[in-house]
Amino acid sequence: MKAILYSQRNEGPVPRRPTGLCAVSVAEHRCGPAHPPRSRRGKERRNSSGEWQEEGVRGRWPPKAAPAAMPSSALWAVDLFGRVFTLSTAGQHWEPCRDAQLEFKRVSAARDCCWGIACDHQVYVLVGASDVPIRCQEEAYENQRWNPVGGFCETLLPSDRWPWSDVSGLQHRPLDGVALPSLHWEWESDWYVDENFGGEPTEKGGWTYAIDFPAAYTRDKKWNSCVRRRRWIRYRRYKSQDAWAKIPSEDDPQQLPDPFSDLSVGGWEVTDEPVGRLSVWAVTLQGKVWYRENVSHHNPEGSSWSLVDTPGEAVQISCGPHDLLWVTLWEGQALVREGINRNNPKGSSWSTVEPPTSENGILHVSTGVCVVWAVTKDRKVWFRRGVNSHNPCGTSWIEMFGEMMMVNVGLNDQVWGIGCVDRALYFRQGVTQSELSGKTWKVIVAGREGDRSLSGSSFSLHSAGCFFGNEVRGSAESCGPGDTDASWEVPGPASSPAGLRGKESWKGPSHATANFPEATDLSSLRLLPLGLEEPDSADCHALWAWVSGGGCAVEAHTTLKWFTTQSGLCPSVQTLSLSITPAQTAAWRKQIFQQLTERTKRELENFQHYEQAVEQVRNARGTSSSRHPSVWVKTGALQWWCDWKPHKWMDVHVALEQLTGHDGAQDSILFIYYVVHEEKKYIHVFLNEVTALVPVFSEAKHSFALYTPERTRQRWPVRLAAATEQDMSDWLTLLNLSCCESRRMHGRPSPQAIWSVTCKGDIFVSEPSPDLEGPERRLPCDQMFWRQIGGHLRVVEANSRGVVWGIGYDHTAWVYTGGYGGGCFQGLASSTSNVFTQWDVKFVHIYENQRWNPVTGYTSRGLPTDRYMWSDATGLQECTKASTKPPSLQWTWVSDWFVDFSVPGGTDPEGWQYASDFPASYHKYKTMKDFVRRRCWARKCKLVTTGPWLEVTSVALRDVSIIPESPGAHGSGLNIALWAISDKGDVLCRLGVSELNPEGFCWMHVGTDQPFTSVSIGTCYQVWAVARDGSAFYRSSVSPSRPNGDCWYHIPPPPKQRLKQVSVGHTSVFALDENGNLWYRQGVTPSHPQGDSWEHVSNNVRHVSVGPLDQVWVIADKVQGSHSLSRGTVCRRTGVQSLEPKGQGWDYGIGGGWDHLSIRASATRAPRSSSQKPASKQNGQPPSVAGGPWQTPGPVCC
Amino acid sequence: MTDDKDVLRDVWFGRIPTCFTLYQDEITEREAEPYYLLLPRVSYLTLVTDKVKKHFQKVMRQEDISEIWFEYEGTPLKWHYPIGLLFDLLASSSALPWNITVHFKSFPEKDLLHCPSKDVIEAHFMSCVKEADALKHKSQVINEMQKKDHKQLWMGLQNDRFDQFWAINRKLMEYPAEENGFRYIPFRIYQTTTERPFIQKLFRPVSTDGQLHTLGDLLKEVCPSAVAPEVPMPEVCSWLPTWLLASSAEGSHLPSLWRDWEEDGPRLSQQGAENRRNQSPGTETRLLHREKSA
Repeated sequence: MKAILYSQRNEGPVPRRPTGLCAVSVAEHRCGPAHPPRSRRGKERRNSSGEWQEEGVRGRWPPKAAPAAMPSSALWAVDLFGRVFTLSTAGQHWEPCRDAQLEFKRVSAARDCCWGIACDHQVYVLVGASDVPIRCQEEAYENQRWNPVGGFCETLLPSDRWPWSDVSGLQHRPLDGVALPSLHWEWESDWYVDENFGGEPTEKGGWTYAIDFPAAYTRDKKWNSCVRRRRWIRYRRYKSQDAWAKIPSEDDPQQLPDPFSDLSVGGWEVTDEPVGRLSVWAVTLQGKVWYRENVSHHNPEGSSWSLVDTPGEAVQISCGPHDLLWVTLWEGQALVREGINRNNPKGSSWSTVEPPTSENGILHVSTGVCVVWAVTKDRKVWFRRGVNSHNPCGTSWIEMFGEMMMVNVGLNDQVWGIGCVDRALYFRQGVTQSELSGKTWKVIVAGREGDRSLSGSSFSLHSAGCFFGNEVRGSAESCGPGDTDASWEVPGPASSPAGLRGKESWKGPSHATANFPEATDLSSLRLLPLGLEEPDSADCHALWAWVSGGGCAVEAHTTLKWFTTQSGLCPSVQTLSLSITPAQTAAWRKQIFQQLTERTKRELENFQHYEQAVEQVRNARGTSSSRHPSVWVKTGALQWWCDWKPHKWMDVHVALEQLTGHDGAQDSILFIYYVVHEEKKYIHVFLNEVTALVPVFSEAKHSFALYTPERTRQRWPVRLAAATEQDMSDWLTLLNLSCCESRRMHGRPSPQAIWSVTCKGDIFVSEPSPDLEGPERRLPCDQMFWRQIGGHLRVVEANSRGVVWGIGYDHTAWVYTGGYGGGCFQGLASSTSNVFTQWDVKFVHIYENQRWNPVTGYTSRGLPTDRYMWSDATGLQECTKASTKPPSLQWTWVSDWFVDFSVPGGTDPEGWQYASDFPASYHKYKTMKDFVRRRCWARKCKLVTTGPWLEVTSVALRDVSIIPESPGAHGSGLNIALWAISDKGDVLCRLGVSELNPEGFCWMHVGTDQPFTSVSIGTCYQVWAVARDGSAFYRSSVSPSRPNGDCWYHIPPPPKQRLKQVSVGHTSVFALDENGNLWYRQGVTPSHPQGDSWEHVSNNVRHVSVGPLDQVWVIADKVQGSHSLSRGTVCRRTGVQSLEPKGQGWDYGIGGGWDHLSIRASATRAPRSSSQKPASKQNGQPPSVAGGPWQTPGPVCC
Repeated sequence: MTDDKDVLRDVWFGRIPTCFTLYQDEITEREAEPYYLLLPRVSYLTLVTDKVKKHFQKVMRQEDISEIWFEYEGTPLKWHYPIGLLFDLLASSSALPWNITVHFKSFPEKDLLHCPSKDVIEAHFMSCVKEADALKHKSQVINEMQKKDHKQLWMGLQNDRFDQFWAINRKLMEYPAEENGFRYIPFRIYQTTTERPFIQKLFRPVSTDGQLHTLGDLLKEVCPSAVAPEVPMPEVCSWLPTWLLASSAEGSHLPSLWRDWEEDGPRLSQQGAENRRNQSPGTETRLLHREKSA
């Protein structure tokens, strides 16, 4: 098999010779088309100085030493001067918007972008800066036909397609005819030929052959191949991130005669196709409503405006995150859009809602997910009761306290308002899912940074990257004059501002504008700044004109610092930062501890022979343990899943007895007393033999499983259940403490620890003993002790310098803080610092099944033999909407049931999938033969817990890999290489990761031609990745000085297999395919890092992790024990040595229910000399058969 | 790695070597040998002196024995004060072991409470715990506990079982994550110089402007007499655990503090320097944290 240089746009010039590896030169003579296409060469010349700085960080290089910012989102607001500010949920200061030249009237924010209407009445969009660029692929096909004279040539038959066309062949598409959509885009590179054909490399310039157009194309040229085509691709990139980009209004001068006056974005929860789709609605001065077509993540500007007819003259519009859209009319009524759904995000019809009182019409509305707030012309605030997707009009108005200029509903239905008189910003406190109207208005007293310098040009520099960035700002002038002003803390919206004396003067204009809403927007606001410009220092609090909370996530556990004046400290410094706390704490605590030790020494040293006042009570039980002093610690009643059939929960009495051995070491025994056939019996477990305590939260029981080596081999743990969650947590904490005590394990896990995650998201850590990978007397896998660390993750990856990253089910990235405990471990089992709130989100799916009958069509009346009409995916379990509960008691619902359209195979517009019968393969269209159909319903649930983890903001991840410490390279001061795959499939490389800053600074994007799914970096900077088409890629020339490497080499997958994961150790490369086969890459050498071929190692593998010593650990799918079968078992490859890197057999450890494992921090090395010794006899065993403790001696080396 | 648990253990396993001698006027049948014991600092005298009682009763006639009480240098020792407190308050400057005189006659009714049985100690201990929880959690935690939890707490103290005690006590030491600490800090300041037995006031862990309080803040507010400058920093290793130093010779001049420093962690150290300057020699202050000592 061949590795082919996979040409890659501006990945830089001719690949440099990588350190330690010599990828390119070798590749060039080994593999076919090593030369990039000519077109690419041209680009290289132009681009030779650009290199990788250009690629990812875009002007932020070198990254500033910025400590970690708290996960935050921002509130957007416009003041009376038209200046735009943002206020972070983690911050205490208004940050001025970077683009200070423009003055705005209205802004409407979403999570990643903000739309606005500037004072020139043009629409602008600001896309937040991100480490991952917005890039789109353009493609064109070159078509050729064979003729006997010239062979393949561009001369086609008259009936043929264009020589240059789109994929269908219907559209003419010459390369130079493909233009950028707007000024805000730039080309990333020139056109080049795509040589990857469905995961397989093609020969001879990417041509694929067919008998005729249109037909099925193949890689190979055959005798009857009369036509051929190849695909050219080119990327364009959105270049106006973090700047206001003007939406061209050129479309048609006839259609858009008048300027815009209001605008609202929302609708991102209506559908996720395409990614990041937004509904952007606008109102013109003439009262017309417009909808912006095709706004999405990859097309942030949208394509065109289309007119939506309204029955009256619209004044203002508000679009909620979901399907609510309300418009206020000139006459004071509100229009409600109906029929908005994923197939028709524009909706279909309007219905009218009358204002609360006829004399005062509605001036302003704002919609959320299931709320509508309104302000009437007398400035009263109203809450619309009973609004939801099914009834977008709601039922009735409720008057709320306070007078407001406007209100805005943001994420989670949180509400902000601008006070009518004082023009201050108010936050509605106490808004929860159960109490959507909230409790009180609370004034936001955040200061503004650099108030004076706003008009200066230095300002934009000053605030560069303020929006979504992670940078810490200087705080010299952060303490705005407003912070000290007493008039800030006004009790309610009714008090008068400092600048405008008396209610009368203010009420006047507000009344006037009440009747002419547009005047407020266009003229009166323009006048006010003139009067106020001068006394900026006297009038020190901001007067706000507009607020938008559409990008601002405030939740129950969010603590906001907006309501108190700060004490001069820069807000970012106060946020959680990894590097500061532990050192200080440690010094402080150390001192106390030292003095305590000194005191103990002083008071006890000379008096050790004194008798203890309190003797340890002796165990009076007379059991075998009576030889040791033993003391009752805790007893209680639990339930036990009995060992014999029929298995059932039986009531037991449990006692934990603690004893002190002769050497002073503590050990404990857990006794479980039960009664069977009226006979009293007990089993006991020595806690120093316990290898894991795994909480098993289920719907009904608070239970946990207790493993010993023997129980692990049986695949049958001791399962105990407590009556309450608290009771279970008490037992679990105490047992864990006792286990750690008897193993003398304290504090945080060592940097070499082996990290793993169970299918429940629980995190377990094991300390590698020195003989874990030792040459002789290896510790059998099932004797490893696993202890739990708080938190909830799907993936965890570690490195021997103590950097640990995790990824949650919701793709949030987390970095380990160095603490321990959290979760259900409280008190002594948890570190006091470095434990923070953590959360995760996942979806629960159920299926609605229907059968067709000739009379009524599809109904929920099935045949008696059919599955439940509401069921799980298998159809075996009944799951109704009402009866389905979150996965465990830790989870709570955070949404209602909704139809999931993203199921494999696709659905019809209503989400149905059809089949001839249950269970069968489902397809998206109904055919004559389909008698059953189903659709998937999903519901979002959320878990909030605590653990030693901090969120890494900005990019959601799918996979992550940290460079394993190369043996012998300890203490090198280099940054730690960390690669990741974003949830969208972008390949990312993290800069600035070190022991002291495990979070790193920023991402650098590494371009690919398709989404990737898995990445792994080896000790010598070998980066391997797996793409969505199942093929592997090798990244050449990655080094500390060139962290993102040079170009991708395409490595075809094993025949007929699609790879899904890859793991690289010191020299070994292992990959896993979708059918659970483990493959070893044969022929990898420093001079030929891509290797030659895949060799099959094993089946039955779910996940693989290759360590820095080339040790291979996997999660096996199924392992049969003497009592039961376990799924998801930790296994170590035995017999791995330099001459036999594939190893020989498996050693089975803890399981089942394990999902993920990282051995990559475990660099505890066997003595060098022993690695040269040939291994003694090896036992091979196929992995699908369980074995006992695997005592295979065999050195691991590289 | 210094850990809470290590500190808690050291506090729990703090011992005072003590020499018990029988009062000279007590009538004995033969000479009474002194009796040596290591007393747990966190326990109560009458709870841990069964051995002492037995030892001396052996040499005495039955009719001469009435309720046992203890005295140090003429001061009757209140059994309802924790042992560590008594020692730091009265004897921290003297050489070890601590010499306690044992009496069986002429019970000082004025100074001491009777302690007829361990139940009385338990009742006193539990009332202290409850009072502390009333300040910390409006009694919510202690009231939610079952009788057996209360018993476990007491048995933990009585049998000197750290794990047993802390398995329950940790619940008393928790507070919701969204709050910065307890409602009020439960403390008492004991001084030898004043007439009042102790000072006790309501004190919140967080100031009105959101700043976390330090122990220094508390002392300044509650007991200004204890606050004066001029203790040079190097001499006092740290203000916080000075009660740990109190039993050393030079340490006797320093305020002696009982405090659970876990509550507001690192911040205490930030203001430590300031407080060090503010300490007054010659005053003995004790801040009693009930869970620890009571």
